[in-house]
Amino acid sequence: MSHLAIIPILLPLAAGIACLALERAGLAAQRTVSLASALMMVAIAALLLRHAGTGAIDVYALGNWPAPFGIVLVLDRLSALMVAVCAALALPALIYASGGTDALGRHFHALFQFQIAGLTGAFLTGDLFNLFVFFEVLLLASYGLLVHGNGRARASAGLAYVVLNLTGSALFLIALGLLYGTLGTLNMADMAGALARVPTADQALVRTAASLLVVVFALKAALFPLSFWLPRVYGAAVAPAAALFAIMTKVGVYALLRVSTATFAGAPVTADLLQPWLMPLAIATIVAGTLGALAARRLAVVVASLVVVSTGTLLAAIAAAGTEAIAAALFYLVHSTLVAGGFFLLAGRIATARGEAGDGFRTGQTARRAVTLGAAYLVFALAICGVPPLSGFLAKLMILRSIQEAPFGPLAWTALLLSSLLPALVLARAASVLFWEAKPAPAATAEVRLGLPALAMLTMLAASPLLVAFAAPVADYARATAEQLQSSAASEAVLGADPATARERRP
Amino acid sequence: MELIVAAGIGLLTACGLYLVLRAETFSVVFGLTLLSYAVNLVLFASGRLVANAPPLLIEGVARHTDPLPQALVLTAIVISFGMTAYLVALALRAKGESGRDGFDDGDPT
Repeated sequence: MSHLAIIPILLPLAAGIACLALERAGLAAQRTVSLASALMMVAIAALLLRHAGTGAIDVYALGNWPAPFGIVLVLDRLSALMVAVCAALALPALIYASGGTDALGRHFHALFQFQIAGLTGAFLTGDLFNLFVFFEVLLLASYGLLVHGNGRARASAGLAYVVLNLTGSALFLIALGLLYGTLGTLNMADMAGALARVPTADQALVRTAASLLVVVFALKAALFPLSFWLPRVYGAAVAPAAALFAIMTKVGVYALLRVSTATFAGAPVTADLLQPWLMPLAIATIVAGTLGALAARRLAVVVASLVVVSTGTLLAAIAAAGTEAIAAALFYLVHSTLVAGGFFLLAGRIATARGEAGDGFRTGQTARRAVTLGAAYLVFALAICGVPPLSGFLAKLMILRSIQEAPFGPLAWTALLLSSLLPALVLARAASVLFWEAKPAPAATAEVRLGLPALAMLTMLAASPLLVAFAAPVADYARATAEQLQSSAASEAVLGADPATARERRP
Repeated sequence: MELIVAAGIGLLTACGLYLVLRAETFSVVFGLTLLSYAVNLVLFASGRLVANAPPLLIEGVARHTDPLPQALVLTAIVISFGMTAYLVALALRAKGESGRDGFDDGDPT
């Protein structure tokens, strides 16, 4: 049995523990361990992508207990892609943090590594209860990262965020209890089979549990009307933490996609669970996010609102279902995560460069290095709005093409196109305030050096053009992923070719 | 027994939800604690309510209780306990920094 599937979880976990142990050794040692781990994660993610790219599905039975009795990790194309996006986002964020953000509080690197472990674990697990555990790991780390660097707004935003997620966890557990009580299994592949055999008496209970599960994932993904927490929380976090948070909403989207295609789609009980309302809610999410961006008074809050828009866009494509739509959604997911993460880093840079005014839309001192920052701003803004020739345009075009036949298609088109136009206006207006409406800086302010943060930001800047340059392989991979998701390959890999394994089921 | 357990879970959930919806930190923490009790009971009951039965396969014993929900409950208890502790610490810090209790820091961002 290859141990490849568990390395992306163990490595950051070990690095996080090492960072805790090295607390007395100083920040430099923690940075070295943390950066080394993030670098290795990128290499491992590349290995995973290459391995999963062959179409192989690796099933790693923890403790060597076979599914469905033990917990399994499943490494397929989708998991590998998500782990790769996570690694690609984490490394620049860590480089940025090593430029000084990590010194604002204690244990930044340990929390960051634990969050990565939670994220990769959530992407790799094939068991619903294990998914809950990894959700909690990544949430706990995110609670710590959110309040990193003190501040009144952060503690207050953090409080609401923790309460919301604890309530979400309670709903998650109730759903798991009901599902286990009725289906007798929590293994995602095994559940698909059990759902098909649910007796009529239990059907209402199963549908309730499945709906609760969807609500929890919608809360994590920030689907309207559960999206209002996000701008405030993401806007309050320090830049590298916010950049990593950009992938946290995608965990919700990932879970929704995984559960709806691999588990719910095959059984008549739950097949039509998402159909009637996911598309309207996705459209409402796009509208709410766009309005939030219009109303925001800080750059980081604008970017956070655009993260909400990206959730809506993704779920619109997922609601449309079908191979084309899911492939387009995956391409958009890679693009939107990396660009939003980079934009958060840029917002952090701009806030540092403008001194007291921060990234607020008010007159401040002239930003240091305004030309470099302005050029980076232009690239991120074009990419996030979906203006050619950057990746946002390609991704949105793929989504628009794939959803035109879907119900609510014309409405979704309108919302998607407006969600490109209005943020463009917002970002143009913001830029004119941030860069042009400025008074000369007092001479005494320290020169902002082109250090690690700038390097991190420039790395993220390359993501969108690279995604365009390699659009064909990425799109091919996304299409193959969508096909694999909709086939029964994963369930066969987990449970063996004969799904009716002789196993004792509870009544 | 089923009726009592079900009614108890319902009551705990209702009280918990009511308290969570209040805008005072203490009530919210208390409400979340009640909610997590309700959740633990749901998880526990998902293995069916069986009295005086071993959670192991023993030869000659026909009635068993399902050990898996007990393991799930243990995990859930540990997590919710830790989370509540963190929440209390965070609430104290938020109060220390803003001088006010509650969730609104007066900054609408």
